[in-house]
Amino acid sequence: MIRAVIVMNTQGKPRLAKFYDYQPVEKQQELIRSVFAALSNRAENVSNFMEAESIFGPDSRLVYKHYATLYFVFVFDSSENELAMLDLIQVFVETLDKCFRNVCELDIVFNYSKMQSILDEIIFGGQVLETSSVEVMKAIEEISKLEAASNAISLIPYASGWSRR
Amino acid sequence: MSSPSIMETLFQRTLEDLIKGFRLQLIGESAFISKAMEEIWKEIKSTNLQTKSIALQKLSYLGSLYFVDMSWSAFHCIECMSSPRFSQKRIGYVAVSQSFYDETPVLLLITNQLRKDLGNVNEFEAGLALDCLASIATVDLARDLTPNVFKLLGSSKIPLRKKAIGAILRVFEKYPDAVRVCFKRLVENLDSPDSRILSAVVGVFCELASRDPRSYLPLAPEFYRVLVDSKNNWVLIKILKIFAKLAALEPRVAKRIVEPVCEHMRRTGAKSLMFECIRTVVSSLSDYEAALKLAVSKIRELLGDEDANLKYLGLHALSVVARKQLWVVLENQEIVIKSLMDADANIRSESLRLVMAVISRSNVLDISRVLLSYGLKSDPGFCNEIIGSLLSACSHNLYEIVIDFDWYVSLLGEMSRIPHCQKGEEIKNQLIDIGMRVRDARSQLICVSRNLLIDPAFLGKPYLYGILCATAWVCGEYVEFSTNPTELVEALLQPRTSMLPPLIRAVYLQSVLKILIFCMYSHFQKWGSISFPSSHNLEGVLSESISKGTALESSDTLTSAQDDVFNPRKLRERIRLSFLLRRTDSVKSLLSNCCVIELALEPLLGTHEVEILERTRNVLGLIELIKQQIPDQLFPEEESLSREELEVWKLIRSMNDASCEELGPVSFTAQEKIRIPEGLVLEENLRELDLICGNLQPRSLSFFPQREERVDEWHDSEWRSREDLEPSNESMSLLVEHRKRHGLYYLPSSASNDYPLANDPRSGEHVPDETEDLVRLAAQSLAPKKKPNYSKPRPAVVRLDEGEATFPVVSNRSNSKYDLLSEVVHDVLQETNPMDKSSQKGKEKVRGDIPPGSKENLQDLVDPRREKLGSGKSKHRSHGKDRGHKIPQKVDGEKDENSERARKKGSHRHGRNKMRQRAEEQADLLAQTPDQIPDFLL
Repeated sequence: MIRAVIVMNTQGKPRLAKFYDYQPVEKQQELIRSVFAALSNRAENVSNFMEAESIFGPDSRLVYKHYATLYFVFVFDSSENELAMLDLIQVFVETLDKCFRNVCELDIVFNYSKMQSILDEIIFGGQVLETSSVEVMKAIEEISKLEAASNAISLIPYASGWSRR
Repeated sequence: MSSPSIMETLFQRTLEDLIKGFRLQLIGESAFISKAMEEIWKEIKSTNLQTKSIALQKLSYLGSLYFVDMSWSAFHCIECMSSPRFSQKRIGYVAVSQSFYDETPVLLLITNQLRKDLGNVNEFEAGLALDCLASIATVDLARDLTPNVFKLLGSSKIPLRKKAIGAILRVFEKYPDAVRVCFKRLVENLDSPDSRILSAVVGVFCELASRDPRSYLPLAPEFYRVLVDSKNNWVLIKILKIFAKLAALEPRVAKRIVEPVCEHMRRTGAKSLMFECIRTVVSSLSDYEAALKLAVSKIRELLGDEDANLKYLGLHALSVVARKQLWVVLENQEIVIKSLMDADANIRSESLRLVMAVISRSNVLDISRVLLSYGLKSDPGFCNEIIGSLLSACSHNLYEIVIDFDWYVSLLGEMSRIPHCQKGEEIKNQLIDIGMRVRDARSQLICVSRNLLIDPAFLGKPYLYGILCATAWVCGEYVEFSTNPTELVEALLQPRTSMLPPLIRAVYLQSVLKILIFCMYSHFQKWGSISFPSSHNLEGVLSESISKGTALESSDTLTSAQDDVFNPRKLRERIRLSFLLRRTDSVKSLLSNCCVIELALEPLLGTHEVEILERTRNVLGLIELIKQQIPDQLFPEEESLSREELEVWKLIRSMNDASCEELGPVSFTAQEKIRIPEGLVLEENLRELDLICGNLQPRSLSFFPQREERVDEWHDSEWRSREDLEPSNESMSLLVEHRKRHGLYYLPSSASNDYPLANDPRSGEHVPDETEDLVRLAAQSLAPKKKPNYSKPRPAVVRLDEGEATFPVVSNRSNSKYDLLSEVVHDVLQETNPMDKSSQKGKEKVRGDIPPGSKENLQDLVDPRREKLGSGKSKHRSHGKDRGHKIPQKVDGEKDENSERARKKGSHRHGRNKMRQRAEEQADLLAQTPDQIPDFLL
């Protein structure tokens, strides 16, 4: 089970945070802060794993990857494989890359909801449901179409209501 | 009505505007957020769903990344999610998943909307509802929506079915009876040719099995097929996780899977799968030698890898092996030791854990030396980690691995001197514990304690106070092992002790009292009296010093002895003189001790701390008592003295008796052993006490009302002024005097100190500089020595009966939710098996690809057995069971609305019945499981 996914920049500002077991916002803030404190203490070129039990309680592990100005952090328990989680971060980032063409922090800042839906396609209620970025992209495109369509329709009743008046 | 809403819609800031605003704002982040929140407040109340949803979207953005509370928006979330438009609905669902939890009050309102959306033809809308269910489902939601999720489990749309499978995990967790409805269809999905479905369903079983593996043993054949057939690494990893759990329970499963697991290990190029294979083998299949050897060779590959991740995981795997096969660690010891200096903290602590795994009686000395020298070189965090694990390893099972306690006690002293040592509490406990348990270690303990106490540098380090407290206690308690009690008294009273917290200072003072009593007692015992030797004692001493006892036999008193003509006068006079001289020395030293103590303690009479005050008074009182005897020394009038002296002597003897009573360790079960005296009613009402105390004033809570008043009065005026005055004249002169006498303890001269300072670099002198040396040293020490040659035998360690060190471990697996779940799974598996048999024909096709001989034979073998079990059970579970049988079948067959309603009713009623019955069945089930499960596995 995956317990949390956090994307934050190297200043500790969260860019995306999702906790799969409910946490009150104050707790979320505290967790993100302590993760950042621990991450910023780590040297470059060391392993991608970090001790997480002091932050997230027993049976929790943490994998992170550092891309340019961003940390991608996955927290999970013993029913996930550490290296597979590392691959999953890769899948996530690849998908973002496909979606935004050479993704950078700004893309992530401005496309918060799209990033959220990408993550929701990959991880569902804490379980990994999709590992192919192609499939994720397909679903995302469908969702975007649906949203666009529903927004397009949305203007019509207003227009009619307005003109009628 | 519509015009303001249009204005709102047209001029509303979208999420994108908000984000841009964040980057451009100049008013500060928090001000910007509160401004945005004001807008959201207004907009979210709009009747226009578009305005509302955008406001909600902004709110959930702020809630997620800026930690704004959004629990108040629950009702708006529900409004948005019921919108007919996908984009608004999605915003609503995202907000619900993000902010709802079990106690959200409006949660009940979403059931219908979820049901509607779960049945939506649009797979994405149904997907949203499933996602929501997977994150926030409660017992009620899970119960009410089980039929809808069940329907989706058979959906032809792969992404939707996948999500339904994912959501079923939470449904099962919340509402175990859903298992009766959905389990069969979930298991059928294991046969799915689509790898995405398979991956999802295996994932769900992995989660379920990690909580209660035993319930899923009957599914082992299905899992086995996936293990052999699947080519998807994600699926294989999850299947291996399941099997690691199952194989630990059932040796026959282990036997079956060894070969395929090894095959995967050899074949795969994916490190993740390989690591999972290794983990499975070392944790659950370590009895199979060939597999273990293969796994160990793969571990070695990982350890040798450049990639820090693989190295870390290799060490991690090693620590799993180490629990059973120590030799594997010894084989790789060089890498392990080198990893102690790795740049990566994870790798360091992992290798530390490994080193701790191999520690034993024969190598504990060397390992401790190596580790401490590593600790001194590394950062404080890791250093403390090292100290902590050394302490716990050495103290494990009553210092099992420690043979030379003198060494261990000195090691504790050495640890205390390490800068940033934060394990004071643990060291303190061990110092006291060793003092009580190991008689032979006490003299070394005193020696180490003295060195720590005497060093004024320690008194400035609050993290060491715990240790100082222990050492002070040790000095008082075991003062008879000390060579120089005077020194101890001086150390305990040095000026900087004023920095200690009151409770620790009280321990210091108590130790002073004990030492003083000891000094007096030994003086009395040796010299008879303070002032004048009583005849009786003199005789004893003299007869000791000269063997000619007969020469003195007639001496009754000193005067009479002098007059005695019989004895050689000169000799006796000389003896007497030297005796008096030595005795006077002893008296002098005793007196000077008393003076030192008095000087140091008098200022403390003004303290507000009761613990200190009381102990100070005790010590001073005793000194007063002794001092009364001193002036008489000049005018010896033995007749009058001897009686008083006798009383002092009695007093001191009894005090010494009290303090030399040996304290032993206390068993954890000691309290239980005390039998409650007959007639004692502990729970009796204490009303009578109220009657007695009723007439007392409320402020009599303090036991010394008068004294309190006195202190109150004195506090502010008298003592304050006295304290102010003191340093100016009296205590200044005292300080000067003290400084003259004990220059040693004052800071400026501490450079020329004989005693090593706390952070003395010399203490690490023996540390070899080169890492290579350390590695070599460690390699030697790690290797098991055949003959540990110790000059000393291991001293006796006091051990109380019935293994006191093992705490009674309360196994509270009272996780009723999972118990319930596993019970239902049991039931369902037993039900579905007969059905399996009946639908064997249909299934045969799917199972055609199973290796021949494995399954068919198994079925033949199993059937008669299962029949028997079924018939045996039918007696117990007749009526409740019948309904249980019907429900899944009905669900299977019919799908129209009517039957669905009927089924719902049925399952409710059935659920209630079930509850009652479960208790009766449970015992039954437990008894049967061992026979019944293995049949599926052969």
